[in-house]
Amino acid sequence: MNTPDVRPRLLKLLTDIAADVDPASVAAEAEFSDQFDFDSMDQLNFAIAVHREFGVEIPERDYRELRSLAGAERYLRRAAPQTP
Amino acid sequence: MMHWPVIEKTAEAYRVAPHMRDYSAARAQFSWDAVARALPRMPDGGFNIAHLAVDRHADGPLAPHCALRFLARGAAPREYSYRDLRAAADRFAQTLSKLGIGRGDRVATLAGRIPELYIAALGTLKAGAVYLPLFSAFGPEPLETRLSLSGARTLVTTDVLYRRKVEAIRARLPALEHVLVVRTGSGPLPANTHDFAALAAEAPAGFATVATLPSDLALLHFTSGTTGKPKGVLHSHSAVVVHEATARYALDLHDADVYWCTADPGWVTGVSYGIIAPLVCGVTTIVDCEDFDVERWYAILAEESISVWYTAPTAIRMLMKAGLEAARARRYPALRLLASVGEPLNPEGVLWGLEAFGLPFHDNWWQTETGGIMIANYAAMDIRPGSMGKPVPGIDAAIVVREANGGVKPVDDPDQVGELALRSGWPSMFRGYLNEDERYRRCFAGDWYLSGDLAKRDADGYFWFIGRSDDVIKSSGHLISPFEVASALLSHAAVAQAGVIGVPDPIMGEAVKAFVELKPGNAADAALNKQLMGHARKLLGTAVAPREIAFIESLPRTRSGKIMRRLLKARELGTAEGDLSTLEGAE
Repeated sequence: MNTPDVRPRLLKLLTDIAADVDPASVAAEAEFSDQFDFDSMDQLNFAIAVHREFGVEIPERDYRELRSLAGAERYLRRAAPQTP
Repeated sequence: MMHWPVIEKTAEAYRVAPHMRDYSAARAQFSWDAVARALPRMPDGGFNIAHLAVDRHADGPLAPHCALRFLARGAAPREYSYRDLRAAADRFAQTLSKLGIGRGDRVATLAGRIPELYIAALGTLKAGAVYLPLFSAFGPEPLETRLSLSGARTLVTTDVLYRRKVEAIRARLPALEHVLVVRTGSGPLPANTHDFAALAAEAPAGFATVATLPSDLALLHFTSGTTGKPKGVLHSHSAVVVHEATARYALDLHDADVYWCTADPGWVTGVSYGIIAPLVCGVTTIVDCEDFDVERWYAILAEESISVWYTAPTAIRMLMKAGLEAARARRYPALRLLASVGEPLNPEGVLWGLEAFGLPFHDNWWQTETGGIMIANYAAMDIRPGSMGKPVPGIDAAIVVREANGGVKPVDDPDQVGELALRSGWPSMFRGYLNEDERYRRCFAGDWYLSGDLAKRDADGYFWFIGRSDDVIKSSGHLISPFEVASALLSHAAVAQAGVIGVPDPIMGEAVKAFVELKPGNAADAALNKQLMGHARKLLGTAVAPREIAFIESLPRTRSGKIMRRLLKARELGTAEGDLSTLEGAE
């Protein structure tokens, strides 16, 4: 999975949950909750959505890595090494 | 329900002797007057929560003892001793006084769990003003309603939250004279605000805490009812009598405890048991400034040597979801008592505590209106998992049924379902709904305060929660008014009607779901659905906004046009629709 493919899909998942957020305004490295209202349930729903969308098992202890766009991208890269 | 095993308590199991060893004996000899008399008055006879929570400790042997310890990611913990806390609260009270804010004025906070919130709360009480917490996950709409109803003259918030939620509504809040902003970044101070830190730095040291009377108002908490207008629940300084007694009995707080209340101070639990009660008891309180995180929470429990932990079913269910392995990866030798509040904790949750920590969760029940814990499970009383426990000593609880003449009658038969009622007159009973005397009066019948919760009592005196008697939604332990949610949706140009209900959710208890009827010419598609979700979140904030919106051709209505929420709910749950003529048709 390379970043250009992943980002729009992540942004779609994110704004399906936080529908008040303009995807163009999301800073990659900043945590979601530092940029807009995003509570624990949103975090949980985002992790579940990422799991469903990308078919990656995400144990609860790793949820913290999905708190920013770039964090989620890094996690997915690690979880699913790019295959040809 | 009764197939869950009773959790028996034996004297050998107590590492620290509980304050209450024998429930019946404690009840028999208990008096609120005795508790109140044991709380020292101010030298001039005044009775002020801040004096009991901070001043008297800062003047005594607890002065250097850690009162609050704040944990934030990427920063060293920030500690306030009782002496430090008094100094900071004094400066805030001085600031208020310089701004002309004093006795009876309302001071609001809108912030996450930052030290300035705690300082503002205590300084407000010192100044004899009334403290109003506002939850930081509220959107501009609930904030405007609450600030406006409260007539607050002062608000303490952060630069980020001010810009995100207050700036746009400020012009519509003429009573709000002063906004004190805690700066979190290097950005400029927003226009028309004060810098919290700069004012504190200028303020003189020391402040003579106002000698309030026990009956003087101290706290204003908003809670939701079935109408759109939230209820401003008023409490007086005498509420601290209940905070103190219940912190000893229900939470079993002892001097050496390190205590963690995970409730946010934007709500009543976070204020009563996250600020006031532990400080009055002179213990150390841990405050986690961050959002929920499984690993982080277990690390805090272990590394901070938490001994008493007060949390909520939603959090417990999130921990359960993460599995026992995560809990068992650490040891918690200091942990002694687990308690839960917000909504009934399911028996699985009570027992999960035993598996994860070797300790059961002690569920308890109370409401914003009751001001403190009213029914609880106790350290030295057997637990029946799923039960809210027995009434706190000093509290008479009953199951009542309404009579034709408007009165109520207590029912003595075990297991009969009725409304949970409390004999009025306990020290933390609310003193009124702000500007709504009639609504307040309607909460009482004869001697009884009527809680609006349906419950039953078993033959041994344990109370069991059944449900709400109204349509209020309870999500993550917070009451949400369906009307407030519907109003926000109706402000969207495409929406003709909206009906809002709570649907069962494995984590939140109930999740808010809205059914929307569109105006002609709008397509009921995914794009509009997302737009409406965004609209609602922007106005209401994450705490109140629906988690799901469904389009519906035509909402079920009564003949007079009222939306039949119970029918929506029955359809959603696939339960019998019942005799609808008696449900909402009889209005």
